[in-house]
Amino acid sequence: MSTQNIAAPRSPYLSHRKRNRFNIEKWGWIYMRVSGFLLVFLIFGHLFYNLIFPGKVSILDWAFVAGKFSDPLWMWWDGAMLWLALIHGANGMRTLVNDYAHGRFRSVLLWALGITTVVLLVLGTLVLTTFDPCLGPTDNAELIAICAAQ
Amino acid sequence: MTSQAAPPESPAAPIPEPKRRKLPAGTLYRGREGMWSWVLHRITGTAIFFFLLVHILDTALIRISPEAYDAVIGTYKTPIMGLGEVALVAAVGLHALNGLRIIFIDLFSWGPRAQKAMFWIVVVLWILLLVGFVPRHLMVVFGGH
Ligand code: HEM
Ligand code: HEM
Repeated sequence: MSTQNIAAPRSPYLSHRKRNRFNIEKWGWIYMRVSGFLLVFLIFGHLFYNLIFPGKVSILDWAFVAGKFSDPLWMWWDGAMLWLALIHGANGMRTLVNDYAHGRFRSVLLWALGITTVVLLVLGTLVLTTFDPCLGPTDNAELIAICAAQ
Repeated sequence: MTSQAAPPESPAAPIPEPKRRKLPAGTLYRGREGMWSWVLHRITGTAIFFFLLVHILDTALIRISPEAYDAVIGTYKTPIMGLGEVALVAAVGLHALNGLRIIFIDLFSWGPRAQKAMFWIVVVLWILLLVGFVPRHLMVVFGGH
């Protein structure tokens, strides 16, 4: 009798790794760390600019935001923050749902979480990409000229 | 005849009650820095997540009308919301600093050994962050600066 089809004793059980190469828990784990690291800079920058300097909560209004978005840097900044933070938060909440909810309740929560996340990602991205600086008043002469021409 | 010792149940020889411990014996984790940093990380992460959901909706008003946006961002300037912003910055600060601690524990060979020290470094940096932020923010909210 031949033994060549029998794996060596104590060889690791690999079948689950072969079956799905893309391991969502592994990539989720990596994503939480990479996005978390980047978010430290993005969120602290956001909070510093809006709450300490040059902004502060008492002067935040539409014109402040329009002034910010006249520089595309802040659109990219907010877009990066939106995608990284929302997916990081949603993936973290997925962990909590899997820890604390069971059965049907768990699947309902996971679906609600997924749908909310996708809707808000789309909404936030549309707001950033279709922002119209001519909607409101401004004291930027260049902007007044451009808006008057429309 | 057998020479048996008195059975343990005998009232004559009461067994001393085992000492009651507040913590299970020999735990490295439960009730210590590792557990509390995990609890705080969960609570702050969840709180920030729900803030972010609302925050994306309020920011979306910039696309609708300046008046609508100004009305809603105006509520950020009230005293109660001002205290809420202190809580939010405190939560974000703790979650971010402890998040870096988690990353260091996972990334560096010295990380797990230093987890307890890093927890207290996180606490100190967090207090410094709040000392820098809170007085100035409260002056803006309550002092009209
Ligand atoms: C009290 C604290 C905060 C204030 C006053 C504030 C204020 C603002 C303002 C005025 C905007 C408009 C655009 C801009 O200024 O860049 C904005 C957008 C944004 N903020 Fe904040 N923010 C705060 C905290 C946070 C935190 C903690 C996060 C992350 C978790 C965050 C994430 C975002 C994102 C992703 C956008 C863009 C939303 C979109 O694309 O629709 N903000 N915030
Ligand atoms: C500011 C920078 C941030 C850093 C450095 C950071 C870091 C981390 C890390 C390392 C984890 C652990 C993941 C794991 O255990 O596998 C985590 C979990 C989590 N984060 Fe963040 N994060 C940040 C911002 C945020 C934001 C803005 C939100 C909300 C929108 C958030 C919500 C969560 C949640 C809900 C969890 C799951 C907690 C748990 O599993 O116990 N985080 N974060």
